Amino acid sequence: MSTKKTNKKVYLDYAATTPVDKAVVKAMLPYFNVKYGNSASIHTMGVDSNKAVLNSRDIFSEYLNCQSNEIYFTSSATESNNWALKGVAFANKGKGNRIIVSAIEHDCVLNSAKWLSKQGFDVVYAPVDKNGIINLIKLKKLITKNTILVSIMHSNNEIGTLEPIKEVGKLCKEKGVLFHTDAAQSVGKLPIDVNEMNVDLLTASSHKIYGPKGSALLYIRNGTNIEPLLHGGGHESGKRSSTVNVPAIVGFAKALEICVSEMKQESIRQSKLRDKTIKNILKKIPNSYLNGHAVERLPNNVNIRFDFIEGEALMMELDNHGIEVSTVSACSSPKLESSHVLLACGIEKKEAQGTIRISLGRYTTENEITYLLEVLPKVVKKLRAMSPMGLKNS
Amino acid sequence: MYTDKVLKYFHKPINQGKIRNPDGVGKVGNIACGDMMYLYIKMDKSNKPETIKDVKFQTFGCVAAIATSSATTEMVKGKSIKDALKLTKDDLIESLDGLPPIKIHCSVLAIEALSEAIYDYLKKNKKKIPAELEEKHKIVVKHNKELEERYDEWIENQKI
Repeated sequence: MSTKKTNKKVYLDYAATTPVDKAVVKAMLPYFNVKYGNSASIHTMGVDSNKAVLNSRDIFSEYLNCQSNEIYFTSSATESNNWALKGVAFANKGKGNRIIVSAIEHDCVLNSAKWLSKQGFDVVYAPVDKNGIINLIKLKKLITKNTILVSIMHSNNEIGTLEPIKEVGKLCKEKGVLFHTDAAQSVGKLPIDVNEMNVDLLTASSHKIYGPKGSALLYIRNGTNIEPLLHGGGHESGKRSSTVNVPAIVGFAKALEICVSEMKQESIRQSKLRDKTIKNILKKIPNSYLNGHAVERLPNNVNIRFDFIEGEALMMELDNHGIEVSTVSACSSPKLESSHVLLACGIEKKEAQGTIRISLGRYTTENEITYLLEVLPKVVKKLRAMSPMGLKNS
Repeated sequence: MYTDKVLKYFHKPINQGKIRNPDGVGKVGNIACGDMMYLYIKMDKSNKPETIKDVKFQTFGCVAAIATSSATTEMVKGKSIKDALKLTKDDLIESLDGLPPIKIHCSVLAIEALSEAIYDYLKKNKKKIPAELEEKHKIVVKHNKELEERYDEWIENQKI
């Protein structure tokens, strides 16, 4: 029997994953059991599958303003990021051994970089300011003659901060250094032009944009030196072997198509809801603070920290009211680690505990936000009353 | 991830709050690590042996921290000091139908808060402190220090 107080369900964790859009499911279905050919086969069934993949590639190349043959489909953003870092590092080790990543990258970038440092690469971390924005002057100083790759995310997955990618791209171009950006959180939400932004490699993920899980891509500018991660039958122009996951790719492309067609109005709608959420939480709940930049921010990201309470407890109290959000708290981490993103922003470890991320999406309604704003102050008050530091302050 | 019992204690904690003029207080944990527990006890001195008349907790922490604090208070209320000190983290975990592995430290913390509250009471009243409790107290002091050091070390490693 559920211990929950309510049958209500308000999903506000779209940055973790999204439901697959109905139109996406419909587009994918034939490729499971009707048009199921291996896209590498040259018989009719295989050619049909290959056409679907080529068509999907075109959808991405149009959105990113690149060539179709610069799109490589992968199984996850984690794979794409691993590939970008390790593939570029090993293919260019004759040129140098320095790799620069920002201090607030996703774990899959940070841990790939950490692994590379064990292989002898010189990994350095570019610092960010209190809002999570990369310090361009410091970054410039870190780029030495030995540098082969800079990897800075387009937008942060926890605090939603948008990075000045165009400026970073320009800097990398001037210095003749390859530039990778993890755009898993921004693809489909913001316009992206890899030429205008001077990006050489870019990661995108399907399940963040109402597409299926297990589908992602790495854009690789033609002429970029990169080693494959997966060796085998030579799929994806020999760069990424594995039988091509046709339904997943078709679904990913359809999902992007829908996002692009709705981008303008959805961006405005979600930004309004986001700002309403932030404004009201800060107003209604004392000792609450916004993490990340107020304006340079993903349209769907709200990240707030509360004094005197712990994030996981807050998340589970909200869950009890049917509201699903997420947290990165030391308490739910085996090494008692706080969010590396918040710490990199200069937030003290004792302040970093009571943070939740509320992320909005296509199906978020005004009513859901009203309900959240009704419930949140109550649960914060309840937990503060329980806390040894909270009594006087709630 | 959490059992229904853990969630029940979390959503409707028993004995949550502060005791005015407590006979003993146990303070354990570290806010930087995400857990901090205060456990208060009031003794019934008319009973022989004396029993824990009232026990309350205040916890800053996750679901498991709150649930284990509450369950501890419930399990020792009315017990003699000797019996209360017999409570182990495994008893606590069992009473909650289990805890996720990474949350075991919460049950350790709750037991430590209890033994610290009893230690505080005995010490303040110049009563004989059992050798085993004295030992536990030393471990708690050491544990608290280690938590801080571990955290500082980790922070140091994150520095750029």
